[in-house]
Amino acid sequence: MKIKNYMKLTVPAKSVNESVIRSCTAAFAAQVDPTLEELSDLRSAVSEAVTNCIVHGYKDSEGEITVVLKLTADGWLYIKISDKGCGIEDIEQAMTPLFTTAPEGERAGLGFAVMEAFTDDLKVRSAVGKGTAVTMKKKLSGKYE
Amino acid sequence: MTVELISGDRHLTAVLVGELDHHTAAAARELIDARLERLTPPLLIIDMAGVSFMDSSGIGLILGRKRTAESYGGSVMIKNPSRPAEKVIRLAGLQELVIPEKAGGSPVSEKERKRK
Ligand SMILES: Nc1ncnc2c1ncn2[C@@H]1O[C@H](COP(=O)(O)OP(=O)(O)OP(=O)(O)O)[C@@H](O)[C@H]1O
Ligand SMILES: [Mg+2]
Repeated sequence: MKIKNYMKLTVPAKSVNESVIRSCTAAFAAQVDPTLEELSDLRSAVSEAVTNCIVHGYKDSEGEITVVLKLTADGWLYIKISDKGCGIEDIEQAMTPLFTTAPEGERAGLGFAVMEAFTDDLKVRSAVGKGTAVTMKKKLSGKYE
Repeated sequence: MTVELISGDRHLTAVLVGELDHHTAAAARELIDARLERLTPPLLIIDMAGVSFMDSSGIGLILGRKRTAESYGGSVMIKNPSRPAEKVIRLAGLQELVIPEKAGGSPVSEKERKRK
């Protein structure tokens, strides 16, 4: 399906940008007039991915997070959120609910479970020492006019 | 996110209002823990009616306070979670921490429920 609109954002890995990216994503998605529930789910999924870049990818040190959003005519939203941080050694293990490498930071190990439950598709690509990219797809109920 | 702490007879209530994410959870955690550790109330009630956004960082906040409370023999319950908060609480399997609502709409405490 043809991409009707897209957006690319790069922000420093600061926790204040978690809400900034959530809001930008919701504003971008709003153009197809999705339901409030869909927007709420989208904000949660995006927040999880961005938080992971900050707390795991860069371990609260400096770096950049890039977000790419693409919207098709029939209301599919493609989301790619990536960092150039430490990467993930074992992706399958990382995606297992309740698995976390940061329990001392009060992490619950539920970020990937939220992304999975609140979107229609989730894929994770990662290389140790190079970074991580999370791609999600979400069908929004409205249509691009 | 704002945190209002209200001390009751045998409980402490933390009223959370606003967006609960990794960025805001840190300050909320410090505020609640300072009071929790000083008063060691038998029950901490986290009022989540005003939580307009929550992700897994909110689950970390709940479980962390549960751990603190349990360390001195206390417990934690969640009151009136908003729709976004409730969805994540359910996903985390923590529904049993939510105070069930009475028919009239006001919540019943765990103890009251057991007494019936
Ligand atoms: N961008 C990333 N870079 C490096 N490691 C990551 C990244 N994202 C996730 N991980 C790894 O995957 C694990 C699981 O991530 P997930 O988001 O499911 O849980 P968490 O972040 O540990 O806890 P929660 O999201 O509940 O606060 C993390 O603990 C971390 O080891
Ligand atoms: Mg996470």
